[in-house]
Amino acid sequence: MEKIDKIKSAAVLMPVENIDTDQIIPARFLKTTSRDGFGEKLFYDWRFNADGTQNTSCPLNGRHGIILVAGNNFGCGSSREHAAWALHDAGFRAVVSTSFADIFKNNALNNQILPVAVSPSFHAKMMERLLEEPDKEVEIDLERQTVSLEGAGCESFAIGAYKKECLMKGYSDIDYLLANKDDILAYEAGHENL
Amino acid sequence: MGKTLFDKVWDLHVVKKITDGPDILYVDRHLIHEVTSPQAFSALKNRGMKVFRPERTFATCDHNVPTLNQDKPISDESSANAVDSLAANARENGIRYFPLGNPGNGIVHVMGPEQGIVLCGQTIVCGDSHTATHGAFGNIAFGIGTSEVEMVFASQCIMQSKPKQARIVVNGKLGKNITPKDVILYIISRLGTGGCTGCFVEYSGDVFSAMSMEGRMTVCNMSIEMGAKGGMIAPDQTTFDYISGRKFAPEGEEFEKAVSFWKTLKTDEDAVFDREYVFDASEIPPMVTYGTNPGMGMSVFDRIPTTAQGCDGETFDKALSYMGLKSGEYMMGHKVDYVFLGSCTNGRIEDFRLFAETVGNRRKAGDVVVWLVPGSKEVERKIEEEGIGDRLRAAGFEIRQPGCSACLAMNSDKIPEGKYAVSTSNRNFEGRQGYGARTILAGPVIAAEAAVNGKISFPDNK
Ligand code: SF4
Repeated sequence: MEKIDKIKSAAVLMPVENIDTDQIIPARFLKTTSRDGFGEKLFYDWRFNADGTQNTSCPLNGRHGIILVAGNNFGCGSSREHAAWALHDAGFRAVVSTSFADIFKNNALNNQILPVAVSPSFHAKMMERLLEEPDKEVEIDLERQTVSLEGAGCESFAIGAYKKECLMKGYSDIDYLLANKDDILAYEAGHENL
Repeated sequence: MGKTLFDKVWDLHVVKKITDGPDILYVDRHLIHEVTSPQAFSALKNRGMKVFRPERTFATCDHNVPTLNQDKPISDESSANAVDSLAANARENGIRYFPLGNPGNGIVHVMGPEQGIVLCGQTIVCGDSHTATHGAFGNIAFGIGTSEVEMVFASQCIMQSKPKQARIVVNGKLGKNITPKDVILYIISRLGTGGCTGCFVEYSGDVFSAMSMEGRMTVCNMSIEMGAKGGMIAPDQTTFDYISGRKFAPEGEEFEKAVSFWKTLKTDEDAVFDREYVFDASEIPPMVTYGTNPGMGMSVFDRIPTTAQGCDGETFDKALSYMGLKSGEYMMGHKVDYVFLGSCTNGRIEDFRLFAETVGNRRKAGDVVVWLVPGSKEVERKIEEEGIGDRLRAAGFEIRQPGCSACLAMNSDKIPEGKYAVSTSNRNFEGRQGYGARTILAGPVIAAEAAVNGKISFPDNK
């Protein structure tokens, strides 16, 4: 798996709250049995009008960057990991919000996308700055656990020590679980009735 | 300090604790369906592995299936492919699979409890956010992503950090025609769509004790709609009676032994929650939603407000403009084009009984399209056995075949753009029921009224 360390890029600003996974990737695109190609379908019904033409008011049309700055409570709704696959496939490596839905957060972390939760006040400052100067680069430093933007300042964010190490070294949970097979077998032997 | 129900079940399943990291939890039941499992099966195959504990895994197809002509091949090619690959993967890995038409088939969260796969005090996961449903039996049940499905396939374990805990207490007595759906829509409207993010919820109080298992499932099902990781209710006699005699449930002495353990599954008096919310049952009105998240709900008698919990001005306005509604307007009397009774929230036998009872001897309104979709084959069987099917057909309704159907519109049951649908499902997100569809979430009583009157209405207020 790829490793994450520093992420520096222009941001795509989506100041909508409670963005749910049905918006990130609508259900009708979930019929394929592979993990690939979801990037094209990312935010499909926001990016395109009913007649297939581009919706120019959607921030994803015309702006580039690998950091998505979104409104509060990002990723609520369905558990579909397709949402994380779509973001990753479209190039995103971090999402900044004030909070994330739990399942989305795990899905993001399992796909080398960093969910960065910042305080509402810093979030407001970031959004204000990015509206004034959309090309300013946001910098996320996983090692130091900080996110900064010139003019908005710098804030630290939380991430568990275990997950941080996984992301920085490119490890995945499944390898860890498989390395603990003996503990699992011992647990099973002690809990036959469950 | 005492332990909560959640602590007790969690602690019992910890295989190993990682310092500064999540716990490794053992998974008792892994439910799978065709949408979120194929990529996990392929990844497992790429590792040269098979499912580690196939006897703990149960598979059904539900999201992609048509609700008409289920005896014929599925005409949509990619849907057929998704269902076929689930069948093949289940076969290769020795997993019990309930294919289309099988008496055990149905929406994963409806058939699991019906078949006695879901018991009490278990850890249950599924690549589906509404796995929270199974908390109704005192289980730690939550949705997971496909990478996690792969982890459970490979190790029968999952890595999770222990979440915060909240208790939601509702005491008192519910009013006439107030359903479990109204209870949970009310709670979500008060706490907001992200109000319980990071928390596991225990529901307790008179209202939940008096509720049937079907009702408890409706409530726990929608825990995720306020961001909660899951919701649970302590098991009691109602729970044991529901489980007793079901296909995969323990029998005889085994069952008695299990019950004596299940009886220990309750929160200690002196246990402390991170957060606690208390509501009064008598204040819970019949609920409808007017916006594009389940927190945007209100009493069916009220006017649409100007703000909602957990929603800023811009987001609120965007939602109302999508819905074609305005602040200050009444929902009561609003025209309804479609009615959908079904889903893992309200597609159980009780929901059909209540719908039929509310319809009474009236007829379906001529210009409303009504989809009545049982949650499972078992529900379908009971509908016919109890004569509900005949009664509803005589009133002009049609009963479809089981599946997720218009809840997420992955099959051809799509609400057309701009049309208003009263839906007993769980999500009113933009486009959830079809591109441009306008969803009004409600319980079976308001759904029945809408089907009969063609507009939003309530029994005492027609
Ligand atoms: S009925 Fe709806 S919410 Fe339930 S499992 Fe199916 S799609 Fe998901």
